[in-house]
Amino acid sequence: MGSAHAFPFLTTLVLVPAGTALVLLLLPRQLTRLVRAVALAGSIGTLGIAVATLDQFRSGFAGYQMTSVHPFVAALGISWSLGIDGISLFLVLMTAVLFPLALLGAGEQTNTKAFVVWVSLLEAGCMGSFLSLDVLLFFLFFEATLVPVYFLIGGWGHERRGYAATKFFVYTFVASAVMLVGIVALVFLHQSQTGTLTFSVQALARTHLTGAESVALFLAFTAAFAVKAPVFPFHTWSPDAYAEAPAGGSILLAGIMAKLGTYGIIRFDLGLFPHGVVVLAPLLLTLGVAGIIYGGVVAAVQRDLKRLVAYSSLAHMGFIVLGAFALTGEALSGAVLQMVNHGLYTAALFLLVAMIYRRRGTFEIRRLGGLQRKAPVMAAAFMLVMLASIGVPGLNGFVGEFLILAGTFIGHRWWAVAAMVGVVLAAVYLLWAYQQVFHGRREGDERPEQPERPFKELTVREGLVLAPLLALIVFLGVYPKPVLNRITPTVDALIAHVAAGSHTDTAPLGRPVLSSAVVRTPGSAIGLATDVQGGARVAVTPAVLDTHASAPTPVSPAPAGKGIR
Amino acid sequence: MSPLAALLSPAHLLAANGLVLPHVNYTAIMPELILLGGMLLLLGISAVSPRHLPTQVYATATAGIGIASLIASLVLWHDVQKGGPFSAVARAVDIDGFATLVLVLCSCVVILGAFFAAGFLEREQVQGVEYYALALISASGAMLMGSANDLILVFLGLEILSIPLYVMAGLDQRRAASGEAAMKYFLLGAFSSAVFVYGIALTYGATGSTNLASIGSFLAQNVVVSNGVLLGGLALLLVGFGFKVAAVPFHMWTPDVYAGSPTPAVGFMAAVAKIGAFGALLRVLFSTFPTLRTSWQPILWALAILTLLLGALVAVVQRDVKRMLAYSSINHAGFILLGVQAGTSRGAEASLYYLFVYSVLVLGTFGVVAVVGGRGDEGHGIERYRGLAHRRPLLAGSMAVLLLAQAGAPFTTGFFSKLYVIEASIAAHSYALATVAMLSAAIATFFYLRLVFAMFGERAGRQASVAVPVAPAGAGAPGGAAGQFPPVGTLPAGPAVASAAGVLTLERAAGLVDPGRAEAAAVADDDAGPVVADADLQVSPWVWVGLALCVGTTVVLGIWPSPLVDFARHATLLF
Repeated sequence: MGSAHAFPFLTTLVLVPAGTALVLLLLPRQLTRLVRAVALAGSIGTLGIAVATLDQFRSGFAGYQMTSVHPFVAALGISWSLGIDGISLFLVLMTAVLFPLALLGAGEQTNTKAFVVWVSLLEAGCMGSFLSLDVLLFFLFFEATLVPVYFLIGGWGHERRGYAATKFFVYTFVASAVMLVGIVALVFLHQSQTGTLTFSVQALARTHLTGAESVALFLAFTAAFAVKAPVFPFHTWSPDAYAEAPAGGSILLAGIMAKLGTYGIIRFDLGLFPHGVVVLAPLLLTLGVAGIIYGGVVAAVQRDLKRLVAYSSLAHMGFIVLGAFALTGEALSGAVLQMVNHGLYTAALFLLVAMIYRRRGTFEIRRLGGLQRKAPVMAAAFMLVMLASIGVPGLNGFVGEFLILAGTFIGHRWWAVAAMVGVVLAAVYLLWAYQQVFHGRREGDERPEQPERPFKELTVREGLVLAPLLALIVFLGVYPKPVLNRITPTVDALIAHVAAGSHTDTAPLGRPVLSSAVVRTPGSAIGLATDVQGGARVAVTPAVLDTHASAPTPVSPAPAGKGIR
Repeated sequence: MSPLAALLSPAHLLAANGLVLPHVNYTAIMPELILLGGMLLLLGISAVSPRHLPTQVYATATAGIGIASLIASLVLWHDVQKGGPFSAVARAVDIDGFATLVLVLCSCVVILGAFFAAGFLEREQVQGVEYYALALISASGAMLMGSANDLILVFLGLEILSIPLYVMAGLDQRRAASGEAAMKYFLLGAFSSAVFVYGIALTYGATGSTNLASIGSFLAQNVVVSNGVLLGGLALLLVGFGFKVAAVPFHMWTPDVYAGSPTPAVGFMAAVAKIGAFGALLRVLFSTFPTLRTSWQPILWALAILTLLLGALVAVVQRDVKRMLAYSSINHAGFILLGVQAGTSRGAEASLYYLFVYSVLVLGTFGVVAVVGGRGDEGHGIERYRGLAHRRPLLAGSMAVLLLAQAGAPFTTGFFSKLYVIEASIAAHSYALATVAMLSAAIATFFYLRLVFAMFGERAGRQASVAVPVAPAGAGAPGGAAGQFPPVGTLPAGPAVASAAGVLTLERAAGLVDPGRAEAAAVADDDAGPVVADADLQVSPWVWVGLALCVGTTVVLGIWPSPLVDFARHATLLF
């Protein structure tokens, strides 16, 4: 298999940030401005390639597009195999959008060169994770993101940065260690069945697993993803890491790194272990709901604005987990969309929090207050982002949450009902925080000897950093159709694959909801014929299955989703 | 062969007395001969030179000898790939892909070891040729172990490997710890050698041969009904190897010896002893006792689990960097045992690959530790590493790469070495072992990261507070007039702290530092522990060359591991 396109868009998406890091390493550290400019140019260049990828992406196809496959470590069966589909496309775009903004919004810091080198390396790692079609390549990139984040938190974080950085690294590393064993075990099961040693996702999805194997491997993989996301009981590293990270770091951690976990769940858990997913879905749904409620409750009692955002992030990741394991097309589309949405508004929230911190030097909500009078524009921006985060219709948070809840309601009614509590909680803590920070009275204001401290309005530069995020938040809230059109075919094919995979196994676990939710549109039915992980067992003949062409097969132009269904 | 040479050859002379000596194929043992010959040459030069030659001369010569033996090893490799494996010297030496890879590894260790030793010996003003001569002998012993096809030769190799290492451990006569390390290492090493010899005797008694291939074919063709003696012999051999590779519960000597020995010697010792011992262990188990696999696999399983867990867990609580790295090397030995335990050729490949990666990493790491240890080789507390990144970014960066590679970070050789052994282990259906190994690796990240954080996490402002802990008179004093004024270290501290405060004020004024951060930095300045003085951190160009080689290999082969993987694979194709 060679490159389907003349220009290797996906490979350059990984190599441009990595190359930027290399160039930055060679620049003298005294030239701070040049270093920043080069880093920014690199990330904007990556954004350009990502936009070109969006342009090249053919809407309405379920399978991987623009694949590029080259041998990497042939002796160990590892290949440089990249591809993009409806699930990864917008995550890649979101990554490309957030990195330049994080660089711009991070503000000045000591040792700029090291900072931007780590950020560039992190971008390469994130891009590689989202694009890899080789499980081990994915794991390499997935793990490679740890090192830059460790240094970003450890080098530029707040007071307890050492603790937070080490906790973050060790926690995620332990989980990944289990996943690595799972990957290798899966590969050897596959090798014993077919005789070929490969880490390719498409090939591994065709491995025949017994019920127990599927469940065990699912648990091994999910360990890593659940910690990374984080899913409720495995989250304890995240508030520390998010709160102690520097501004740029929190944006990337909560906006992008967390998505690696949920992306892994959708791409690998659902793709490789349909049976395990169906067996353990109730457990994961419960954990998702627990995360939503726990995150909401804990966020509501936070006195530290940054920690509040961190816990709200935990609650929102719970929604994404809920959507991923509801196993309906709507919920999964909602989860994919919500990953992008959450990335955008969480990044904006962390940016705003960092702007406030830069002016006041504190995250403590009680020591802020009344900022709206001094900075009305900032207050308005904060309000917009906050409303998106609460899930107010017309803004992007609503679309994703609605799809997730509606989709979950079809098959798992009570989980959806419980998750509704989280929506209410989000309104409670975010509105309370907004009220305190922007309208409330600051404690200590009554002391007469201390004149009211000035508070600068949003600067033009800060406004320019926030503007793209706000625009996207509104755009995705008003008109999500083009995005959903690209997400839905892949998602439908994946759901069909899960349904088929869960039936082929020995255990009698066919949930009626699965089959009812599978094939809804004519477009998705044909979309199944593409290579999405052999998921077409129900819909098409085995002959079609064997031709696992990675080139997309055209489908009828019937739109898969009409806005919000 | 010329008539004269034939007449003078020992075989001819001794044959006259009725003792039949085998034909010696000198090309088969050329790398060993080059190291030994080079050693004699070095000793000769040092004996006839009228005054002490600078240590760099010997280091250059040692590196040259290492390169010559590397070339000889690669020639052998080429021969083996072309013409197949062959036995030599009355079937006592077996030259196959496996053996030649061990030869290549040992040559690389000699070269790297010379670089790191040069900087250290120069700083410590240890004159003379002894270190290099001992290193060369020791490496030739490891080579012999890797290519030996006879238990007697394995034992000879073991002794040739070990005895110079005992001396190297005690080379630094001015420190009591060094002598203590040498004594401990010697006593326990001698004990393990005795056990090993006893194992050879029992094996010989059970099978009637000491030749590895003969024992193997004997066991394949005969069923030993009452195999107590044989199993006893095998068990004692395993104990002997266990001592050399520092597998738990035979690891007791490791932390003390690593902490006491001169630092570059530790790196060399860790690398060369593991290559030799694991090389021989793999060959003995795989080519001699494959029929007893069901007997030795459970033993190795238990050894591996204990080694992995104890190494990782005990390292976590160490405050001394050398002791911490000693326990981390025990953890690594556990990983290599994983490949041995698999009992497949994939396992052998994985172990060899891991050995190469580990050797490079451990040499480089101890090279940096030797530099940071400062004059007197005493400062190995973790506080010496605080803020190193701000004073010596390149040194700290190299150390960080090496430590992260040891932790198994992706895009370093360390990741692929761990992946390789895990693959081998899972292919042999040792799922539990593989899981324990990866969890131990995760525990190990904790202490590697602690060191990395000490170097990188501390703010630049902290570097200013200078206080040299314990140093020999004058050793820690910063250069210049100020340094001559006693007490050492206190004088520069005052103005330095003041200047740090000044910097912070300026930064605050310029808006570079937010108030909270500046406060945190100021607080941090107050409780700053002892930090090594800049003048004490001399990095000789030799160390830079060695570090460049180590870090370069680690990163380049980490991003593009195919060449080395193929190398390891070819080594065991003919195994």
